[in-house]
Amino acid sequence: MTAKRRLLKGTDAFGEGAVTAGCQLFCGYPITPQSELTHYLATRLPQVGGIYLQSESETAAINMVYGAAGAGARVLTASSGPGISLMSEGLSYLAGAELPAVIINIMRGGPGLGNTRPSQSDYWQATKGGGHGDYRLITLAPWSVQENFDFTILAFELADKYRNPVMILADGILAQMMETVEVLEISRLNQTPFDKPWATTGTMGRRPKNIISSLHLPPEELEAHNQKLLNKYLAIEDCEARAECYGISEAEIVVVAFGIAARIATAAIALGSERGLKIGLFRPQTLWPFPARQLQEAVKHAKRILVLELNTGQMVYDVRYALGSSKAVDFYGRCGGMVFTPMEILGYILSGGSQGAVAYN
Amino acid sequence: MAVAGEWFLPQWRSWDTSYREDRKVLSPTTNRPRSLVDISFHYCPGCGHGIIHRLVAEVIDELGIQGQTIGVASVGCSVHTLSYFDLDMQQAAHGRAPAVATGIKRVLPKQIVFTYQGDGDLGAIGIGEMFHATARGEKITVIYVNNAVYGMTGGQMAPTTLIGQATSTTPDGRLPDRDGFPIKVAELVSMIDGSAFVARTSVHNPVNVARTKKAIRMAFQAQMNRLGLGLVEVLSPCPTNWHLSPSEAMKWIENVMIKSFPLGIMKSLER
Ligand code: SF4
Repeated sequence: MTAKRRLLKGTDAFGEGAVTAGCQLFCGYPITPQSELTHYLATRLPQVGGIYLQSESETAAINMVYGAAGAGARVLTASSGPGISLMSEGLSYLAGAELPAVIINIMRGGPGLGNTRPSQSDYWQATKGGGHGDYRLITLAPWSVQENFDFTILAFELADKYRNPVMILADGILAQMMETVEVLEISRLNQTPFDKPWATTGTMGRRPKNIISSLHLPPEELEAHNQKLLNKYLAIEDCEARAECYGISEAEIVVVAFGIAARIATAAIALGSERGLKIGLFRPQTLWPFPARQLQEAVKHAKRILVLELNTGQMVYDVRYALGSSKAVDFYGRCGGMVFTPMEILGYILSGGSQGAVAYN
Repeated sequence: MAVAGEWFLPQWRSWDTSYREDRKVLSPTTNRPRSLVDISFHYCPGCGHGIIHRLVAEVIDELGIQGQTIGVASVGCSVHTLSYFDLDMQQAAHGRAPAVATGIKRVLPKQIVFTYQGDGDLGAIGIGEMFHATARGEKITVIYVNNAVYGMTGGQMAPTTLIGQATSTTPDGRLPDRDGFPIKVAELVSMIDGSAFVARTSVHNPVNVARTKKAIRMAFQAQMNRLGLGLVEVLSPCPTNWHLSPSEAMKWIENVMIKSFPLGIMKSLER
């Protein structure tokens, strides 16, 4: 395994991560701002023996994912909010049938058709369901082109490890910007298939039949299945919650933000530090499981907590739930494709904030 | 450079070389096909699903492809299909079976993949998936059971309900002005480039049961010869929701249903 530095666009980093992870099939439907990822994979996947397949809709795409995942393949789809809404049915079936798959959501502004500008308004959709039934979606939130690459590989690993769909939640800026990326030079594509004895590959007369299904008609059976899923989700909460802290030990003010909002926050923090403010950043890398324990640890000595999001206040509820009544949690957001500037954030902090209310712009 | 999908193959190569089925009959009393599990069906008396299950299983046995076949069950009365076939099976969401089958076939191109769908599943909510799987020329087989009603949910009007046919949601009969017209799936699929074999058959008497089996076999062969998508629309009795006895239901297919849904082979690329 060797590493190489390459200048990559955000969408291409997702694609290259998928190739490196040995993704065998991509199926998807074009939507802005995800489209360039499909361009990249349509060229790149066939070069390494994978398959690029354009579906007639997002509904079909996620069901192609279901079939291929059930047949034991590593499989990817990507879309943006409106398409993810259409995929929600399939996400519920993937979770119910315990199939591993990776779904990239390059968020745009909503609700409805909204616009194609950067936004984080699908936080709830990703972390609180979207589809029907009791299920959880492992949700990863990159903040750099490097993490686009790394998290795509991680997503495939987690999906296979837990037999659960994994979503990568990014936005238009992370998809469009270019950065240097340390790229691993491995591809599992031409190596032996992943060992998935449960997959429906044809019995070949060698084993009893396998069934991929989320149907459990007897209520006792469905409750037992839900309990089994819950145990898995608890194990994921225990082992997979990830976050990064920057300048937390001295901080009186802790900013909590994910994805591109956290990236902007670092510039605001630098400006604040120049003015003598003690500000740190807590950045969840997994949105579900939400890194609650890490957050409780990080804000122990903080006097103020400010959640920054490019929406009208979604993750702030998870932050408040994690911290209980121990701290007042302040919120500042922009939405609809509007993006806060570092000076704007600093101005808000210096103004004293909204003292724990959900303030919007 | 690897051919797309080729690398993801297990040790064996393809259906016509190394893999051989043991063809012995499992039960001398019922002559049960190997590809059916030895449990009884839950279907109503006189339902056509049991006959069609058996025909599909017999064809799979005779082609010697039991171990290479992956079935996709749909939603409706035939939701339990996945328990009845002794094959690797996947359960698809309502109407999505052709997309699920596409995913399976694309990563396992040498396996045999079929869907088993009713008319509510395929003709209404899943018509888009059906048409586009056909247009892509997916090498899959679709067994499409048309009984002109939604069976499991209580006999509501289906996309295939005949003009004038009474159902639980058209108690005074289907009126074109109000309820529109039945969809003729076999004809439509046959018009799409990408379909290789399309037929409409029926199971209302022994002659037509035999013809149905022949059509199912040809649809599987179209897949095995990589010609394209094969679809067999089977007219099938639903005595429960037609409020007829099993024998009256068979007569209704013969005297009424076939007039709206004419039988025959609409397309066969091998012909
Ligand atoms: S309701 Fe109709 S289709 Fe369903 S099992 Fe009964 S007879 Fe068969």
